[in-house]
Amino acid sequence: MFAELSAPPFALALLVVLAGLLVAARLARSTVFWPLAALALLLAFNLFATRGFFSLEWKEGHLFGPAIDVLKNGSYVMLLSLGMTLVIATSGVDLSVGAVMAISGAVAAGLIERGGLPLPAVLAAALGVCVLVGLWNGVLVAVFRVQPLVATLVLMVAGRGVAMLITEGRRITIQRSYAGYDAFVYIGNGFLFYVPLAVTIVAVMLLLTALLTRKTALGLFIEAVGDNDTASRYAGVNARAVKLAAYTFSAFCAGVAGLIYASNIRTADPSKAGLYLELDAIMAVVIGGTALTGGRFRLIGSVVGALLIQTLTTTMLMHGLSSDQALVPKAVVVVAVCLLQSRVFRERVARLFRRPARRQPA
Amino acid sequence: MPEVSDSLLLEMRGISKAFPGVQALDGVPFRLRRGEVHGLMGENGAGKSTLIKVLTGVYRRDAGEITLDGVPVHPTSPQHAEAVGISTVYQEVNLIPHLSVAENVCLGRQPTRLGMIRWRAIRRRAEAALDKLGLALDVSRQLSSYSIAIQQMVAIARALDVRAKLLVLDEPTSSLDEKEVAELFAAVARLRERGLGIIFITHFLDQVYRVSDRITVLRNGGFVGEYETKDLPRIELIGRMIGKDPSAIAADGERRPSAGAAAAGEALVHVDGLRRRGSVGPLTMTIHRGEVVALAGLLGSGRTEAARLLFGIDRPDGGQIRVTGRPERIRSPRRAIRLGFAFTPEDRRYAGIIPNLSVRENIVLALQASRGTWRTLSRKRQVEIAGRFIEALDIKTPGPEQPIANLSGGNQQKVLLARWLATEPRLLILDEPTRGIDVGAKAEIEGLIARLREQGMAILFISSELEEVVRDSQRVVVLRDRAQIGELVGGAISEQAILHLIAGQETGGGDVR
Repeated sequence: MFAELSAPPFALALLVVLAGLLVAARLARSTVFWPLAALALLLAFNLFATRGFFSLEWKEGHLFGPAIDVLKNGSYVMLLSLGMTLVIATSGVDLSVGAVMAISGAVAAGLIERGGLPLPAVLAAALGVCVLVGLWNGVLVAVFRVQPLVATLVLMVAGRGVAMLITEGRRITIQRSYAGYDAFVYIGNGFLFYVPLAVTIVAVMLLLTALLTRKTALGLFIEAVGDNDTASRYAGVNARAVKLAAYTFSAFCAGVAGLIYASNIRTADPSKAGLYLELDAIMAVVIGGTALTGGRFRLIGSVVGALLIQTLTTTMLMHGLSSDQALVPKAVVVVAVCLLQSRVFRERVARLFRRPARRQPA
Repeated sequence: MPEVSDSLLLEMRGISKAFPGVQALDGVPFRLRRGEVHGLMGENGAGKSTLIKVLTGVYRRDAGEITLDGVPVHPTSPQHAEAVGISTVYQEVNLIPHLSVAENVCLGRQPTRLGMIRWRAIRRRAEAALDKLGLALDVSRQLSSYSIAIQQMVAIARALDVRAKLLVLDEPTSSLDEKEVAELFAAVARLRERGLGIIFITHFLDQVYRVSDRITVLRNGGFVGEYETKDLPRIELIGRMIGKDPSAIAADGERRPSAGAAAAGEALVHVDGLRRRGSVGPLTMTIHRGEVVALAGLLGSGRTEAARLLFGIDRPDGGQIRVTGRPERIRSPRRAIRLGFAFTPEDRRYAGIIPNLSVRENIVLALQASRGTWRTLSRKRQVEIAGRFIEALDIKTPGPEQPIANLSGGNQQKVLLARWLATEPRLLILDEPTRGIDVGAKAEIEGLIARLREQGMAILFISSELEEVVRDSQRVVVLRDRAQIGELVGGAISEQAILHLIAGQETGGGDVR
């Protein structure tokens, strides 16, 4: 086998695929066009300006390289953005997902440290706790009609405290001597089908979410409730159950992300795990074309948005910027994509270019 | 008409406006004189709203000229239009419910001193503006604490607060009762005397005849004609609006089945002493299969409240509902739907349509909701159902994937009817199904009601238009001040009888309050 794939063919292949997607999105008048276009632009920039961005290595049957890192490091935000998309579509928001990641990791690490439970049971317990947390959010919003921002703010703040309680205030490091160490660490570091397992998990979750929302009536109900809650209830939609499901699913996604993170760094770190990622997830959803006011949602758009954010971060890091400095260009791109999506903005710009031409005949 | 040209306030010439796929206005002229009330008439889609929106700067015209007081104007926004003297009151109240009446009247032009808002001046100004309409309100109270009708008057007061030369009233009376309409028209008369030009858009023909001096008729984005109101018989007006021979309409009207003609089937819903404190009741009535029962009464008489109790939106304090003899507790719309009930609400925009979803999705929503999340209607089935109803109800839409918000009011109402008909309900509750929609669609919906009744559906029909009530129902339950005051059956139903019930009780109870 060859040790290193040559970069240009891979880069070109990727850009050709992207161009194809862009044309398809344009033809279908899909709102995914704009984030996709931004992503393509950024990748084109990287092709010329970022040395080694497209270099791929083939080691021990696995792929390595910055592009793969983007997918792997972006997996957290991609997962969070799936659940966040559904919550935002019900015209809510879930600020607690970062903290839920911490809880999920804490539960898993705590149980592994204690020993005695097989790994599947550990994972199920961690995800089960996250589902309960999601139900709590959902009950506050759907039953008691607390504003989503406030309802989920509670756990955004308190969730890390809960995680601390679970770990008794420590960072729990998963020791090599623990039972199930190998299997657990595999989740965030292993490979499946040549790519990191985390990437495969994202792909599976995306597929599941898409099937769940588009092959059942759940998607229709979510969009109806988000667009007009009252009218949906009058039409017989169980708006309460729909919202409950959205918040629960969001917490579940956060739980999965939390497990991958804890596994990746072999540590449950209640104060750092998923910190500020809820904001990245919301950004990804907005970039992806789902309006914060609810209604129509775009799962693919959110994932593309998450990829865009991660590609940008990786690009910055490869250009030697620190992750703090990288926030500024990130903000610029977010604003740019949001402006491009705004019909008003596009019309204004178009008018700017058209105006002189129109005046000439007079 | 050379003698009018000197009093011409507004002249619009050759106004055109196109939207993707639609020529909304095609070279339309419009002229308004000082001190004139000018009715702008036409079916939905005729171009009335577009013309008004061009005038008030919401849309930019593609072609044409507008002169106000002889000066060419190019309104670029509603604010700009207001500044040059063109004020508008829209059909739906566009105010901020949580602010006070005074703030709403002065919003965006609060008198200030050194950057500080002068609250006393705001209140005084608001009171003065309301006084012009003959209305005395506590202007510091929150707007939402007043009825929709009062809110409408506040919206008009707001429009008058600016130094307006021209006032556009777009369906101002849809939510007003008879007395309030009279008050509004008195105010309109006062404004006319002061030399304002008033453009009046309505679906109520009798109101146009009561208040307007001239009428301009539009149809399908084109100009049909401008007429002196007194020279245009009602039947001619309708003919021009729908582009039909007037004699054909008259014949059509005669063919309508007279009230009480059909024999009703077995009892479907029996309501006994149903009540809710501060809402309505006690209410006792029976609705049979194949029968249209109308709830008649003035605005605020408890008609809508009764429908909400039946459909499980509000919960009753007492009384009983039986459906085919079995006592039922209807605690939610979902429960009501499971019993075979359906409900189209009075406020389409707020409680009916899902604005950004497609016509198809709006149609299948209730059926899919009754099937639950997992028994999904396939896309093919959905398209088939939507297509069937678009054809059967003649819903005018570019296609089933069009967002419902882009449809006209009448077509939105048909989509909502389709949503329920798809569930094959036993009882259809229609709250003001013909409000704010054009003559043609009204007739279609009334025709549909008759057809459904013949097929054996039970219908509870709420309308503030007495002629509709008389024309379409076999039984009328009359409400006043949130209580049931009488019932008329079959041949006993007439406008006079209903009015007599409402009015007769009113004089008797007047002293008690």
